[in-house]
Amino acid sequence: MSALRTSGPARAGQYLALLAYLVFLAFPLLWLVSTAFKPAPELASLHPTWIPKDPTLDNFRQAFDEQPLLRAAANSLLAAVSAAVIAVAVATPLAYVTARHRGRLTTAATGWVVISQAFPFVLVIIPLFLVLKNLHLINSVAGLVLVYVVWSLPFALWMLMGYVRAVPAELEEAAAVDGAGRIRTLVSVTAPLLAPGIVATALFAFVTAWNEFFFALVLLKTPEKQTLPVVLTHFLGAEGVADLGPLAAAAFLATLPSLVVFGVLQRRITGGTLAGAVKS
Amino acid sequence: MSSVTTAERPGRARTPRAAPGARPRGPDLGAWFLVLPALLPILVLSVGPLLYGIALAFTDAQSGRTQATRWVGTLNFQDLLHDTLFWESFRIGAVWAVGVTIPQFLLALGLALLLDQNLRFRWLARALAIVPWAMPEVVVGIMWRLVYNPDAGILNETLRNLGLGEGHDWLSGLATALPAVIVVGVWAGMPQTTVALLAGLQNTPRELHEAAALDGAGAWRRFRAVTWPALRPVALAITALNLIWNFNSFALVYVLTNGGPGGRTRLPMLFAYEEAFRYGQFGYAAAMGCVMVAVVSVLIALSLVRRLKGDQDR
Repeated sequence: MSALRTSGPARAGQYLALLAYLVFLAFPLLWLVSTAFKPAPELASLHPTWIPKDPTLDNFRQAFDEQPLLRAAANSLLAAVSAAVIAVAVATPLAYVTARHRGRLTTAATGWVVISQAFPFVLVIIPLFLVLKNLHLINSVAGLVLVYVVWSLPFALWMLMGYVRAVPAELEEAAAVDGAGRIRTLVSVTAPLLAPGIVATALFAFVTAWNEFFFALVLLKTPEKQTLPVVLTHFLGAEGVADLGPLAAAAFLATLPSLVVFGVLQRRITGGTLAGAVKS
Repeated sequence: MSSVTTAERPGRARTPRAAPGARPRGPDLGAWFLVLPALLPILVLSVGPLLYGIALAFTDAQSGRTQATRWVGTLNFQDLLHDTLFWESFRIGAVWAVGVTIPQFLLALGLALLLDQNLRFRWLARALAIVPWAMPEVVVGIMWRLVYNPDAGILNETLRNLGLGEGHDWLSGLATALPAVIVVGVWAGMPQTTVALLAGLQNTPRELHEAAALDGAGAWRRFRAVTWPALRPVALAITALNLIWNFNSFALVYVLTNGGPGGRTRLPMLFAYEEAFRYGQFGYAAAMGCVMVAVVSVLIALSLVRRLKGDQDR
């Protein structure tokens, strides 16, 4: 490391740059939180301040009064949990097979993962809308879950393939030599080693579905069925004139679950999953 | 999507090698049994609708119409050719995609290089750099509307305090709307790019840096000779993906401006969404989707060609 010692002025420059990034990344967040806790008179002031002089929870109360936030959060939770569980349950076996076997299936799977990144959703949502309408699954969380499962499959598959490849095949072969059958090997050798990866994948799928907006906007028509992101846009009003305090309060609340999950996953995110995917 | 923010985007697709020691064998019956639960929903709900969507582009399908849907051949595409509003949205989509992707890449590269250094408060920047990723796009849009708010927003207040004018209505101004949403796009998409580049940086062998430094290479020379060559594959892959995701993005701009003012921020996805779900023109909107797929496919093809060339150069 000695050869890389950075000179004093260069270090100062680095800290200055870091400070600039911190400001750029943080100031919208701080403003959102500040707005959420401001009482109405301070919101109406023409000279807004960073820190609420008289912080209040009124905006949160008002937000719950104005829009069915609890119902929306319940819908979001239902959709996101179901989608995450189903997607992982369905993707894990596929990931296992594609990671362990070379061949056409693997090529097709990886090709599909790449192509799925390029779908403009409008080309998929119109036919899906028509199909789900015929199945009477429009305006139902069940229909949305179907869409979310398929939509989160590519990256679930991609992550899980990485985790499967990290499990040494020798372990499975040793179990086979010891006389364990295929299923037995999978259940008692492979599955426990895969478990942390499966949990991480499920959490990512959860956040993806919790945050999703476009499909929910198209497929859910009535307020009692809508998910949180869709209900949030109702605060904006027809003319885009918004009640700032409740809007900020509701937006702040809607972010908390994803922030918690990302907090839990942070080491994985910065540490390596994407690194593994990118360097292959 | 959205720009959809999924946690983990595949950076590059390679046929995975069988783990060492695994006998390469074709999928037998048992393997198919494991594959089917995923294959069926994929075919029914992903590949199927995609093909159906392409077929719809050649029909006059509309919502709530009583007559049967008819094949109209390439009529929708001929109409699209003359639809100046669509091409305007296409131009805006291209400006937006490039305008977001390039600054995003440069800023993310800078941040990744900083985070790779042994700096204090690095953890704080790391944590903050992840947050935009975790936020629903709708919330990001709402948050920036609060920042941009002409009266109660912090941006104008800061400008007033610095004596830089009386402030603007950024999102409603014809000239400022597109740049304003581009700034939000850069902010929202920086985490993925930063994390991908940081991962690439951490794969660069440190000894190479030290050797170069001992040879008297300055920071810039070291970047050019050591860092960039190692980083290039990741950088190209993430840039191509960012261009595609940004071109197809929807939620952020829907919340910020809903395409306004006067269509200045109407991205292709917003246009197609309105055409399909406000005016019920399913066939026509599907044709727009086809054109967008075609453009994006060209982008993918170009990035693949570049990558193949890059591999040959080495």
